[in-house]
Amino acid sequence: MARFLDSDLWWDFKHSPLVMTSAAITALMFLVALFAPQVAPYDPFDMASIDLLDALRPPAWAEGGSVAYLFGTDDQGRDVFSTILYGSRISLLVGFLSVIMAMLIGVLVGLIAGYKGGWLDAVLMRIADIQLSFPAILVALLIDGVVRGILPRGAHEELAVLVLIVAIGLSFWVQFARTVRGSTLVERTKEYVLAAQVTGLPDTLIVFRHILPNVMGPVLVIATIQLALAIIIEATLSFLGVGVPPTSPSLGTLIRIGNDYLFSGEWWITVFPGLALIVLVLAVNFLGDWLRDALNPKLR
Amino acid sequence: MFFFIARRLLQAVGVMLAVGLIAFALFQFVGDPVNNMTGQDTSLAEREALKEELGLNDSVFVQFGRFIGNAARGNFGHSYRQRRPVDELIWERFSATIELSAVSALLALLIGIPMGVYTALKRHSWLSRAFMTLSLIGVSLPTFLIGIFLILIFGVTLNWLPTFGRGEVVDVGGWTTGLLTLSGIKSLILPAVTLAVFQMTFIVRLVRAEMLEVLRADYIKFAHARGLAARAVNFGHALKNTLVPVITVIGLQIGSIVAFAIITESVFQWPGMGLLFIHAIHEVDIPVMAAYLMLIGLLFVIINLVVDILYYAIDPRLRLS
Amino acid sequence: MESMASNMQNTVEQNAGASPSTPLLDIRGLTVEFPGRRGNLVAARDVSLALAKGEILGVVGESGAGKSTIANAVIGLLDPPGRMASGEVYLAGRRIDALRLPAMRAIRGRRIGMIFQDPLTSLDPLQTIEAQLLETITAHLGMTESAAQRRAVELLDAVGIPEPSARIKQYPHQFSGGMRQRAVIALSLCAQPEVLLADEPTTALDVSIQSQILDLMRQLVRERALGMLIITHDIGVISEIADRVAVMYCGAVVETGATAQVLARPAHAYTKSLIAAIPRPDRKTARFRLVQQHATVESTARRLDVKTHWLGQRRSFDGDGDGDGDGDSGVDSSNASNAALVELENLCMRFTTVPSVFKSRRRYLDAVDDVSFSIRRGEVFGLVGESGSGKSTIGRLICGIHAPHAGRIRFAGVPLDARGSRRALNRLRRQMQMVFQDPFSSLNGRMRVRDIVAEPIRFHRMAEGAQLRAIVLDLLDYVGLGGAAAPRFPHEFSGGQRQRISIARALATRPRFLVCDEPTSALDVSIQAQILNLLKDLQQELGLTMLFISHDLPVIRQMCDRVGVMKSGRLREVNDTETLFTAPRHEYTRHLLDLMPKLDILSGDGGDGDNPN
Repeated sequence: MARFLDSDLWWDFKHSPLVMTSAAITALMFLVALFAPQVAPYDPFDMASIDLLDALRPPAWAEGGSVAYLFGTDDQGRDVFSTILYGSRISLLVGFLSVIMAMLIGVLVGLIAGYKGGWLDAVLMRIADIQLSFPAILVALLIDGVVRGILPRGAHEELAVLVLIVAIGLSFWVQFARTVRGSTLVERTKEYVLAAQVTGLPDTLIVFRHILPNVMGPVLVIATIQLALAIIIEATLSFLGVGVPPTSPSLGTLIRIGNDYLFSGEWWITVFPGLALIVLVLAVNFLGDWLRDALNPKLR
Repeated sequence: MFFFIARRLLQAVGVMLAVGLIAFALFQFVGDPVNNMTGQDTSLAEREALKEELGLNDSVFVQFGRFIGNAARGNFGHSYRQRRPVDELIWERFSATIELSAVSALLALLIGIPMGVYTALKRHSWLSRAFMTLSLIGVSLPTFLIGIFLILIFGVTLNWLPTFGRGEVVDVGGWTTGLLTLSGIKSLILPAVTLAVFQMTFIVRLVRAEMLEVLRADYIKFAHARGLAARAVNFGHALKNTLVPVITVIGLQIGSIVAFAIITESVFQWPGMGLLFIHAIHEVDIPVMAAYLMLIGLLFVIINLVVDILYYAIDPRLRLS
Repeated sequence: MESMASNMQNTVEQNAGASPSTPLLDIRGLTVEFPGRRGNLVAARDVSLALAKGEILGVVGESGAGKSTIANAVIGLLDPPGRMASGEVYLAGRRIDALRLPAMRAIRGRRIGMIFQDPLTSLDPLQTIEAQLLETITAHLGMTESAAQRRAVELLDAVGIPEPSARIKQYPHQFSGGMRQRAVIALSLCAQPEVLLADEPTTALDVSIQSQILDLMRQLVRERALGMLIITHDIGVISEIADRVAVMYCGAVVETGATAQVLARPAHAYTKSLIAAIPRPDRKTARFRLVQQHATVESTARRLDVKTHWLGQRRSFDGDGDGDGDGDSGVDSSNASNAALVELENLCMRFTTVPSVFKSRRRYLDAVDDVSFSIRRGEVFGLVGESGSGKSTIGRLICGIHAPHAGRIRFAGVPLDARGSRRALNRLRRQMQMVFQDPFSSLNGRMRVRDIVAEPIRFHRMAEGAQLRAIVLDLLDYVGLGGAAAPRFPHEFSGGQRQRISIARALATRPRFLVCDEPTSALDVSIQAQILNLLKDLQQELGLTMLFISHDLPVIRQMCDRVGVMKSGRLREVNDTETLFTAPRHEYTRHLLDLMPKLDILSGDGGDGDNPN
């Protein structure tokens, strides 16, 4: 810990107000999402507490608004502020789990391809190249579409979140795999790895004990940036109507619902979830951007 | 040179076969084509006849061969939902997507590259910092939200620009274009800007990062030490070396614009292939999905080929090994 | 030699402080700082140097002494955040350090040329040599296109590039390293500058290329009456080329004088110890005298009695089946035995350089080509050769990092090959260890020192628990680092200290055979002396058999009993060290010996066998 407090990373962090603000916002949004049931003024999924008479109320400060509904209400009378809290919960859940999945697959594939080389490397990287030709959003759409075709309609609604996580996870592993493979190729020829080989350590031990910790730096940077991207993709898929269903909406679903009311003047149903999404993604991106520069010794 | 291009072409064919395999697998594993093409009242005999006609009784390899053969001729069968040949459906929407993507790509490149170069050269100026902050906001804005906000501001509130459709189009030798009418151009502005923002910010950041890397190289320091003018060093040496790695990524990025058009097209109800694809996904319309997938694959293969040849032209190290 | 005499005179005038003519380049009281979060790092402190026309002034010092900073400061190209805190720079009597950028640019290349260390990265890879030359010529001399073209070809001719009018059309990657450095020199001479600043111009080059480039630079300075400042860590380079030398230590110039005088009769204590640390090419000495400023390290080391300590016990060799009977006696009875420990028979190793599906289009490099020799028990066998000669590959083949393509290796009579059982192979592996070249990449930066050293012991289940912890601390003591290093991470140590950790790790399996692959070539000469002393001690105390791989002939002479000379994958000559150095048989050996800096003028009290530290 003392080592961390003395590190350049921490020093850099402390001297960058923008980065500290981003970290604070990210942390705040995580906590709020995590404790949404405790923090939110209403439970938007509790039918008993919803009154259709309160539908389409504008935000508290606008004419006709009520202090009871800070950001107004949607077409079914749900409190927009509460739905945002619950929605970011799902957005973050999908984001985190899909990135973790992509990271596990990608790091493993990258380590194997980089350390073993030969035909295995050639095959794995060819697959990665082909997948990389298709943008992640398209791959995720396709996987989602296929699953939709295989599963019966009702089952898909229930499994939507899981399907999304798998779809986004599978569309993201390539970035990790390519980066890890690249660093593994470099690390593999370094003398500390040779020393382990001379000692006679088996390959798995060399890969996981020696190489893995040394290739994790860039992986963390990618994970942060991918988290932002995963949140965006989840929102996009939900917006396109192939993601999370409206029964338990994510931020993207909320924006989709609100989009229908854009032209009739009920802008708040779209704008507030949209702003929440932007703030969340922006904060994560600022962190990722800073982390990349801070961990890149060449930029110092 | 011949060997180089021949090898790349061979690789391209390999990639297309792989994409074809995925598209073919869609047919194999998702839904039953006979069910999808017939109604409740079709008799068993009629079903068998259709099955035979579609060649579904042949071995998988024969079917795959036939699929690839048909695909090469642009034949993807009939849409399950719209009961029309898929190639017709796609061709109707092809020009809309290509025009939108091309205009966006042009916008992204023409603004993105100079901004990237500027922010790398004047790293500490306030304008660079502003550009970098803006670009970070740019990559953080989901495309569909940009579209929605643009609609809200320029469509709903200011009522300046149309927010859906392509406007009036003109048919020029089978290619419909919106670039020749005022309403067509006005309709294009919001979708094109929406689509360009993410790519542009991405290009700014990429060019800047690569250029900063190059500016640290020994040969740049040596060029300064020889007393060359800053302009000669920055544009004669640094920029050219920056573009070598940047070209590949930008090529891929331009290709992905076509895919990202899916989002823009659904926000603006732009009658392109992306909108068709989204509907196909909603309705599990496999032939349309497969055809779109292969089209995008083909596009990437072509772009990659062009990029490789460009690379070859720029980098002497490739030419002479 | 005659020029040296005339410059000696020059020096006297300098020292008198009243030179009649203004020096060409005059640096006065230069201080360069790099502000950072932990305060200002002073890279150069109050440095004063004067360079006369037609003179070569060497600036020598170890890494971190601030040598390069001086050249960068003179030409106004300090890497940020570095800045000149004080001092003045005069070019032919005119002050240039305060010039604004356009004026400075007119001086760079036009009046002061600069040559950088690495020719591979100094040229723009996307432009022909011609384009780069023309651009520089026209920028300064405003010649017509055809005149500039003629001049460019002349320049290439002058720096000794054959067929200049054809090669000028080529790209940098079509030039070899030495050719590229010639092209770099041509580029820096484009506009006929009066001063050349050369920053480690030959460090990245092989020894035979190095001497050609030095000859070229000397010739150019004489012909064109330039003044040249050459910055190097290599006393050999200084003795070859410099008329005068300035010795730097920790950012300050500690001594200046005529080269012959400084090298033969150093006045400052640092210079004395630095020169003493240089391996002598002409005779073998028992130990190196250590540079005083660093000498404290070794004295803190606690000596171990290896006869009784775990480290000296060889129980683990029992049952290996080699039946040499030295199992429990502690140390190998090396001197008595002349039998071979490692035998190489017709060893071949080939790397695929251009892979292809088609056999006919594949290209190979025969890194090791039919090499046979044996290493006797208890001896230090040297392998010497230029880069790419295959010497490192042999070490790696023996240690099992690569598998040979043909031929066989025997260790203690047992053939080493992949067909043997893993356990049997591991038991043999434990007996051989390796010390690597690069102290910064040979230790896993994410592991603590104690885990780095303990890992081989744990893996081979040689000790555990409290005993293991004690062994690790003893090992660290033994290599002169001290047990306090155990809980720390590698990045907290200097290159020499890391090399000690590396040695401790290598000793941890109680090996009897140690491969040292260029163990000191990444280190400063003073640190090199310490590490070589340490290796010598270990070898004697533990009775180790050693394969010592190096490109550095003087180091080989100090360390080895017998030497093999490698060139292009083949073993050219094997001989006793003394015989090899005094009566080489193979033509290539003679060639290598000729290229070796003579250093006859070094002060006589270099390494001293009677006074070991």
